[in-house]
Amino acid sequence: MPTYNVTVNGQHKEVTVDPGTPLLWVLREELKMTGTKYGCGVAACGACTVHLAGIAARSCVVPISLVGSRPIVTIEGTIRDPVGRIVQDAWISEDVVQCGYCQSGQIMAAIALLKSNPNPTDTNIEQSMGGNICRCGTYVRIRQAIKAAAQQLRPRGSR
Amino acid sequence: MRSLIPILIVVAGASASERVLTNTIQKSKAQISTRAAGLAAWTQVYSVLTHPRCINCHTATDHPDQGDDRHRHAFNVVRGPDGKGVPGLNCVTCHQSANSDAGVPGAPGWHLAPLSMRWQDLNGQIFSSAQVCKSLTDRSKNGNLDGPDLLKHNNEAALVLWAFHPGHFPSGNAFSQPPLTHEEFVTATRIWVEAGTPCPGTATAAKNVRP
Repeated sequence: MPTYNVTVNGQHKEVTVDPGTPLLWVLREELKMTGTKYGCGVAACGACTVHLAGIAARSCVVPISLVGSRPIVTIEGTIRDPVGRIVQDAWISEDVVQCGYCQSGQIMAAIALLKSNPNPTDTNIEQSMGGNICRCGTYVRIRQAIKAAAQQLRPRGSR
Repeated sequence: MRSLIPILIVVAGASASERVLTNTIQKSKAQISTRAAGLAAWTQVYSVLTHPRCINCHTATDHPDQGDDRHRHAFNVVRGPDGKGVPGLNCVTCHQSANSDAGVPGAPGWHLAPLSMRWQDLNGQIFSSAQVCKSLTDRSKNGNLDGPDLLKHNNEAALVLWAFHPGHFPSGNAFSQPPLTHEEFVTATRIWVEAGTPCPGTATAAKNVRP
């Protein structure tokens, strides 16, 4: 089996796996980073969302052979990111989580949104988060948390 | 003998005129034949362009379609400002640079065609052959492509190539493919381009040359 060099949360990792192995399983099984969740396996729920070169990606359908040199950021890496930290704090303050299974994917999508658009409207939030499914129905609190995070991200004078 | 000379000159003169006339007729016939062949080839090209693998991303709406029934893409995926979705839900969030074993189609640079290249109306009614042809050959709409550029696009563009190898559904059933092979599609495009990209319902070939 080939060996792949990947950068995960700023750290270089070497994995020897089948080329078709989904990134999700590389993270969870090879690197033991279990914050990223398996939901559907067909890119239909968003639970496995990570960032590839800054863009939200469904790790369950990204074979390791296609990752290339793109740096990977998982939920474990967001705590060192200013926007990621603010989003996680907002998630806690708005008490978003119910069962929590989808939430790492929700947070990764929210971070991608806020890094591109720090002042999202309800429509922006619906469009960006539409592919992340929550069986507990925490959507209203997710929206509130994104707005709370956005408020924190704005310059102090404009809050 | 002397009286025969003017007659021979007249006959010779008539032959030259006839030759010019014959050449003109032959040239016209060839042009008509080329145009007819070009239009026939265009019909073949049109059959591919309007297949769901192509037209699902040549929409007039703010979203792509999917499936052979051309329904709205799941998850309320939207076009976004540049045809690549929106942050958190970009096209490439799911569509990688190759088809996924899990059934998500993929090719490099997955995105929607610009609205100027829509080949259907807001209700999903596919434009006529003449309308699509006119749009495709309008350089103000098609990304400033001339005939050879269009041929190159149909021959080489990653998303065009994908349509002929679209992979399979998560169930394992194959996605349907356009009615021509890629080779046949390129051949038809070449004939159409070499005929001057004629469009149905127009008297002359579209003006599609570099300025």
